[in-house]
Amino acid sequence: MSLADIKKSILSMAAYSKASHVGSALSVADILYVIYGKVAHITPQNVSSLDRDKVILSKGHASTALYATLAEFGLLPREYLDAYYIDGGKLPGHLDKEASCAIDASSGSLGHGLSLGLGMALAKPQYQVFVVLGDGECEEGSVWEGVMLASALKVKNLTAVVDANNLQGFCHTNDIMPLSHLADKFKAFGWETYTADGHNLSQLETLLKQPAQGPKAIIARTIKGHGVSFMENQLKWHYKSPNPEELTQACAEIDIKE
Amino acid sequence: MRSTFLETLLEEARKDERIYLITPDLGYGVLESFGQEFPNRFINAGIAEQNAIGMAAGLALNGKVPYVYSIIPFVVSRPYEQIKVDVAYMNTNVRLVGVGAGFSYGPAGATHHSLDDLALMRALPNMTVTAPGSLNETEDLVRYSVHHKGPMYIRLAKRGEPRYDYKIEIGKMAKVLEGKDFALIATSNMLEDAYQTAKMYQEEGKSPLLLSAHTLKPFDKETILQLLRRNMPIITLEEHNIIGGLASAVSEAIALSSLGAHFFPIAVADVFSHVVGSQKHIKEHLGLGNLKQRIDGFLKTI
Repeated sequence: MSLADIKKSILSMAAYSKASHVGSALSVADILYVIYGKVAHITPQNVSSLDRDKVILSKGHASTALYATLAEFGLLPREYLDAYYIDGGKLPGHLDKEASCAIDASSGSLGHGLSLGLGMALAKPQYQVFVVLGDGECEEGSVWEGVMLASALKVKNLTAVVDANNLQGFCHTNDIMPLSHLADKFKAFGWETYTADGHNLSQLETLLKQPAQGPKAIIARTIKGHGVSFMENQLKWHYKSPNPEELTQACAEIDIKE
Repeated sequence: MRSTFLETLLEEARKDERIYLITPDLGYGVLESFGQEFPNRFINAGIAEQNAIGMAAGLALNGKVPYVYSIIPFVVSRPYEQIKVDVAYMNTNVRLVGVGAGFSYGPAGATHHSLDDLALMRALPNMTVTAPGSLNETEDLVRYSVHHKGPMYIRLAKRGEPRYDYKIEIGKMAKVLEGKDFALIATSNMLEDAYQTAKMYQEEGKSPLLLSAHTLKPFDKETILQLLRRNMPIITLEEHNIIGGLASAVSEAIALSSLGAHFFPIAVADVFSHVVGSQKHIKEHLGLGNLKQRIDGFLKTI
């Protein structure tokens, strides 16, 4: 499997399950690929241990991106991807930790992941904890409770990556809340903050690997539905699932791009 | 009871490095000694309860046993969804320690009362729900909680509660006074009231059985069944809404038993307190006073 395979798995899961959030998953797929593939030390050998790096997908509605990434790196049985969201399936629409030891936290209700990650980072300072959030998710007050405390405690092994695709439930995030200055906000709370192109793999890798003296935030500018022309920046792909023709076209575009 | 909780936790923390104590900035004058002895295992999370619970769950997911301590509404209701998802759903070893059962914070007003916590906690799968009524029960429950698998709620009262001479077993009502005429089942800070009432009956030559329901979940249905088989009238006493607490747990056991019961629940009617005054004053105004007189009235109807 490859990054293209991950994205095609995301599309296929959205298609057969008729579930929502395919755009959200494509938005965050590159970020998860870099974290699992290049940065975090999580392997089939250590995945069931507590003594390893941890990754929390706080925007749990993008679950298919995590499932496909875990399968890519041998952390989840490949056949689980055919058992998503369906009767008798293995993988629910939002993350359930009990589904696999590779899933580090249940999520689906927004604004939980950063607090969980903070606790994990405190419990095991020798390991890295990565929390992936949405930009819309940063409207949750609990996110900023966690941001404040991580800074106060000077936690050095916690990285937040914000998948900033500027789209949420109703419309553009910036039309609802002034979140275009997210980097300034994290900075003001005392985090080491970087802005990145969330689809530039090498830039993401460099920033994720950069050592930090305190909690680190990477505001990753992303495109919802990235890689599929008719999905990119389209709010409707927060909800719609591709029909067979759309799936074929989307997969063909992914093959050309990747 | 707060000091007993902390002293017991300190003793356990000296033996077990997994124990953390987290407070969303409450417990001034009570928790300091833990922070002084274990600065790396004491976290003042600031006035931010949702994050405090999530962080505790994260600690637990990485092998720790965190205790989150606050006044009950701020460790139960305020971060309830974090408790549901991060603590109960993920079945983490988080201990929620709420202080101020019922009207303990009487004159502070209804924001600080806790009349719904047992109901809220009982409704969460995986959650063990406890409510000690005495200092010995508090010690036993805190010691037990260190090694319990899964989440646990400990409801503390606030005054200088009595100490009785018995050991408790989780999930099993404790026999505080032997008796055969009728059963008083009390939980949390109504245990002391029930004890005093039982003593009055003893002085009259009657024989009340006094049980302490220190564990609301898992609930000791077996003891209820035994009382029903002996045809003993049952009186429950709790400083909690009549919905969802001890009266509900006993009612459920009775309803599923297919046995008849003489049952009198003493609890707070489904109201907020707008009464100003001490715990004792509010209890008298909201149906938790004149216990003997009310129980006499009930027993006469049998």
